[in-house]
Amino acid sequence: MDPILLAVQTLNGLQLGVLLFLVAAGLTLVFGIMDFINLAHGVQYMIGAYFAATFTAVTGSFLLGAALALPAAVLVGVALERVVFRHFYGRDHLDQVLATFGVIFFLTELVRVIWGPTPLSFPVPAWASHSVTLFGGATYPAYRLFIIGGGLAVAAGLYALVARTRFGMLVRAGASNPRMLQALGTDIKRLFLLVFALGAMLAGFAGLMAGPILSVEPSMGDNLLILAFVVIVIGGLGSIQGAFLGALLVGLVDTLGRSFLTDAVKLVLPASAAVDVGPALSSMLIYVLMAAVLIVSPTGLLPAKGATR
Amino acid sequence: MSADTLSAPPRAVRFRGALLPLALFALLAVVPFVAGALGQPFYVSLFTRIMIFAVAALALDLVLGYGGMVSLGHAAYMGVGAYAIGILSFHGVDSGWLQWPLGIGAAALAALVIGALSLRTRGVYFIMITLAFAQMLYYTANALSTYGGDDGMTLWGRSSFSGLVKLSDARTFYWIVFAVLALSYLGLRRVVASKFGRVLRGCKENERRMAAIGYNTALYKLAAFVLSGALAGLSGVLLANHTEFVSPAYMSWVRSGDLIVMVVIGGLGTLHGPIAGAVLVLVLEEVLSKLTQHWWLIFGPLIVLTVWRAKGGVVRLFGGRA
Repeated sequence: MDPILLAVQTLNGLQLGVLLFLVAAGLTLVFGIMDFINLAHGVQYMIGAYFAATFTAVTGSFLLGAALALPAAVLVGVALERVVFRHFYGRDHLDQVLATFGVIFFLTELVRVIWGPTPLSFPVPAWASHSVTLFGGATYPAYRLFIIGGGLAVAAGLYALVARTRFGMLVRAGASNPRMLQALGTDIKRLFLLVFALGAMLAGFAGLMAGPILSVEPSMGDNLLILAFVVIVIGGLGSIQGAFLGALLVGLVDTLGRSFLTDAVKLVLPASAAVDVGPALSSMLIYVLMAAVLIVSPTGLLPAKGATR
Repeated sequence: MSADTLSAPPRAVRFRGALLPLALFALLAVVPFVAGALGQPFYVSLFTRIMIFAVAALALDLVLGYGGMVSLGHAAYMGVGAYAIGILSFHGVDSGWLQWPLGIGAAALAALVIGALSLRTRGVYFIMITLAFAQMLYYTANALSTYGGDDGMTLWGRSSFSGLVKLSDARTFYWIVFAVLALSYLGLRRVVASKFGRVLRGCKENERRMAAIGYNTALYKLAAFVLSGALAGLSGVLLANHTEFVSPAYMSWVRSGDLIVMVVIGGLGTLHGPIAGAVLVLVLEEVLSKLTQHWWLIFGPLIVLTVWRAKGGVVRLFGGRA
């Protein structure tokens, strides 16, 4: 196995994992505290990318575009919470699935009406469009390193926020027993809105970071949402640390599987069959990982403490 | 839904409850004649499609409405049934005697494996896991480049039944699908009224209590899941025959969500509800898409409003019940 290719693919896996973490963290926070399952989270990620692409094109600067896109994405999230989602707290999970499903249809179509069905061009910012030389002569795009760094920084900030601040204390208390928290006098509706806004911000941030390297199109949120579900199931619902561990695992297993599994299959099967079997197997790999984790521990690797759901 | 569904309804209610299913099937029975009179063969095709999805919605209702298992991946079993037909047809096997049982069997097997793993979990985990496994099958179908990959593939033709019936005739096919739907409906009525059905509903109400009085609840739920998967597989077999085409899109998670929408809008936990839901959703889709190409802008909020305001689905508006 080529060590340089391995290093590059490991970085790619890390980069996918970081993006997955940003999306999964919002999902798992919202679920852990409000017992609310938000399928539209992937759409919020997609909208973040659209805002960033548009504002970058208007202002001519990626950083300025990002700085405008982030509050816009939060605003959309808050509007969704106020208009639709808050009516569905405390309802059946089935109702929540359906309501957010309807929101997906609406927003995806709205994006198609506003920006058109074709992918938006969103170039990598000039200051990060070069490649960096790593050890052993491998080169790696600077922008992807920027994603990894930015994502890890946000992950650290999120950890500090949840573990070290008063807001984080309320979040943790809300995750283990929201009713008790309300009885103790916390304005739980305000907390819900804040947590939802935080989740929307993380999804929007993931979208604006991913925009330049993925294609900005209406369906870009779907795949990521389902990967984020796999992440949450592996990591344990409601747990930020679990989401982090799960995201890195899924990112690495998926990326490394896609680049090396077909070659591995060629060792066992004739090349013509391997070309068919390899990609099919590698696209199944993370689901096999998920099934394996479930067999060992049905509530994921690091379930949130006190969560009984 | 509530404890009252567990006891037998009084005779008058039972009679009124039978009216709506009868009206639904009567409506479906006159479609070919109306279409013939109007000179609109398109309606035969549209309602064939509606009935095929009604079979899948019925299958989903068994686990969703009666078993309380929110499966967000039921399109996958439809897809497995459809792909079984497609793959057999690709290799020159066009006998329906072989194709149909294999399609149903493959879907049942998929449901057995996925169900056995997913039923270890509950609540939101179950929703996410059924969705994830369905996505796994979706991507697998995408990767099958021999069988068309993400473009899908066109079938050589519909299944042949030793020349007994010609599925290629649109009307004949309509009546076959009608018969499958009617038999599925009547069969499931017996299933949900049987001891098995009552244990299943008991698991939905309070699984711990059912386990405490000695039922192996996991086994009952798995059996329902496999039965449901097999029936969804049958609807996939019909769909492949109807469109003479299979593609990974049959398994997409949006399709799975559509099936849930049909069941819930129609009426969860009643058997005529999913049929009414399939008719309503697909007719609405047809009408709205004629009005504007951006019909999702109307349909999305409609789903949200229905879930928010109209608990129990449209069949409750008629005072009907299972």
